[in-house]
Amino acid sequence: MSLLSIENIHTYYGNIHALKGISLHIEKGEIVTLIGGNGAGKTTTLRTISGLLKPREGTVKLNGEDLSKYKAHEIVYKGISMVPEGRGVFARLTVTENLEMGAYSRKDSQEINRNMERVFNLFPRLKERRTQVAGTLSGGEQQMLATGRALMASPSILLMDEPSMGLAPVLVELIFDIIQQINKEGTTVLLVEQNALMALGIASRGYVLQTGQIVLNDSAAVLKSDPTVQKAYLGME
Amino acid sequence: MSTFDWKKILQLGLIGGLVGVLIALVGMVEEFDERDIIAGTLSMGWTMLILTVLVTAYFAAGTSKMNNLLSIAAGALSGAVFSVVMSILTWMVDTFDLRQTLVNASPNLVKILTFEQGIPNGLIILIVAGAVVGALGSAIFILPDRYRKAVSLGLGMVAFLGLMQDIIQVSLAGFEGVSDAIVWMFGRGTESGLSVAGAIMVFLVVSIGNLLWETNAPKVNSQFNKLPQKSRRSLKWLGYGILFLVIIYLPAVLGLYLTEVVNATGLFILMGLGLNIVVGFAGLLDLGYVAFYAIGAYTVGVLTNLSGELTWSFGWNFWLALPAAIALAVFAGVMLGIPVLNMRGDYLAIVTLGFGEIIRILALSDFLKPSIGGSQGIVNIPPPQFLGVLVNNPQTLYYFIVAGAVLALFISQRLRDSRLGRSWKALREDEDVAQAMGINLVATKLMAFATGAAFSGLSGSILAAKLGTIYPHSFALLISINVLALIIVGGMGSIPGVFVGGLLLAGVPELLREFAEYRLLIYGALLVVMMQVRPEGFWPEATHKRELHEDSVDVELVAEGQEA
Repeated sequence: MSLLSIENIHTYYGNIHALKGISLHIEKGEIVTLIGGNGAGKTTTLRTISGLLKPREGTVKLNGEDLSKYKAHEIVYKGISMVPEGRGVFARLTVTENLEMGAYSRKDSQEINRNMERVFNLFPRLKERRTQVAGTLSGGEQQMLATGRALMASPSILLMDEPSMGLAPVLVELIFDIIQQINKEGTTVLLVEQNALMALGIASRGYVLQTGQIVLNDSAAVLKSDPTVQKAYLGME
Repeated sequence: MSTFDWKKILQLGLIGGLVGVLIALVGMVEEFDERDIIAGTLSMGWTMLILTVLVTAYFAAGTSKMNNLLSIAAGALSGAVFSVVMSILTWMVDTFDLRQTLVNASPNLVKILTFEQGIPNGLIILIVAGAVVGALGSAIFILPDRYRKAVSLGLGMVAFLGLMQDIIQVSLAGFEGVSDAIVWMFGRGTESGLSVAGAIMVFLVVSIGNLLWETNAPKVNSQFNKLPQKSRRSLKWLGYGILFLVIIYLPAVLGLYLTEVVNATGLFILMGLGLNIVVGFAGLLDLGYVAFYAIGAYTVGVLTNLSGELTWSFGWNFWLALPAAIALAVFAGVMLGIPVLNMRGDYLAIVTLGFGEIIRILALSDFLKPSIGGSQGIVNIPPPQFLGVLVNNPQTLYYFIVAGAVLALFISQRLRDSRLGRSWKALREDEDVAQAMGINLVATKLMAFATGAAFSGLSGSILAAKLGTIYPHSFALLISINVLALIIVGGMGSIPGVFVGGLLLAGVPELLREFAEYRLLIYGALLVVMMQVRPEGFWPEATHKRELHEDSVDVELVAEGQEA
């Protein structure tokens, strides 16, 4: 049984048919990436999984359990945690307060302390700046904070929405290294990216999304050498 | 590099002068001239003008990097420009009769502005005085931070004591020994304001005291922290004990009128604490907050009144009606909350505004007249009884209000640090992300509305008991705005800020009733200045907390982790 499986979901914004029957599955311990251009439906897919949008048709299953009866905030308790697009840190709260907010769904203080320790080990920069107000962090640091905050909920699967957006190439590499490390420590990752080359570099499998439909689905290595992917998303002729 | 920015300084002087003209033409100079800050020497009207010059000169001195001498020259210049503008006004008022359009442009104004020396002598004095005061203003700018703070605090205190003279004198007159000092400080009772010697005294004591405190505070603090845990705690309790005694004895010292003022302020603070939860903690802009105040008051009114004119006359005991009033307010809070769950910002503000008006108009309506009295309101609400004591005068009501405020204070403090408080904070920052953190938006929002409504309902119930009669016009939109303003002035989300805001926006205006005409003008000016200079409020929450964080990060981290 897959850790997360999505079967034929259709999501609408009002009358706009954004997702036209998407199915995908993620196994425990994988990094899976969802690539595609602007408006392909990547973010919509993530928002549907995390319950912020409700699909009209289709199901999202975690460990075989249908999530449609749960509200967005309840899904966090089920073990799905999201790093939103554009980071979405609580700008006026400190780094520590942001992380505590991420642990809102956890009640065990030992676990919270452990997670805090883990985040500070992954991102020593955050430890240095823990009393600083999040809005004054740099873009890269905010991305670290958003990622750390999502980890505070001890998720079994982490949904990351465009972590490379607006970051310098050095920082993108750093973030991707850390995603791999998080994955090695046992968290499954679903990574949505426009930077297809980087994403396919760390993922085991990938899905290519185009105008609300999955057009390709294969291992990362195969996708990287696929001529259409190369042409459309990797900028190669 | 020293540069003298002529243009900017002249511009500032002109702006200051126009503010001065405005102050004179709305009649403040003339009316406030009756009241002295320092008896026989400095009137309140002049104080306002001097304050304008001081502020103008302060900014003029900061226009560009200058050495001290040039800064003072800049201040003097801007002060002189101010006075020139005022002189032109004076000359115009004296020469042409402007009273047809500008009612306050009276000969008396000319007399005041020329120091009764006539034109042109008075005008020369005015310009020289402007330059001197301007120089003083820039001198304050030059002073190092510490001294500047001490001097401004000293001047502020003189102004405050001078204003409050009669009140202080009346309330302290009964105490032997103290009265001698008071007489010396304030001069004879017939004059208003401080005596000259008293003013100098107050200024020196406050300034030097502040300086000493600023230099020694770190030492005192570290010594306090060095004390063993036990004596630290007992010192703290001693502090609380003194505070408690002051609160208990306050009405006896203050007398009837002042206690009444304190009570009115207390009701505002109580409402402020509630709205602070909705607006400050949860970030939901509620402009119809007065509705819950009305619901609390009307519930108590309907349930307890003995007028016999209404359809229902339940004649309940107040203490039975109180929980009912709070419950109904909470219910109304939830009822308002449900339809606005998906609204944010401006939309929420408009809907809540409408809600407030609906409740007021319902109270006023003929439709509900048989049951809640329409425009005649509800009369003959008996005062509550507590342990056999009738709570019917300001001094007994005071304890009732204090008890309510302490309860509200305790509850908001506990809520702020709770899980619910944290989810309000997240909600205020970003609703979507809050939800992605596992926060239940619906429950969190409704809890904010319900808690806020409960405090307002309590406040309304006390109002009904206090007045014995309630009318729809007591629940105008302005109350909502006032409560919101006091939160903004005090500092959004800050609990001590509510008290500061309450004292400033409810207490002080109540004391200065004779100037009620200008209340809204000053109010508006204060808010505009606040937003420009100190948008975080007088006693902001976060920075205060952050300051404390700075040196105790590790302890804090561990403690918070365990708590959560």
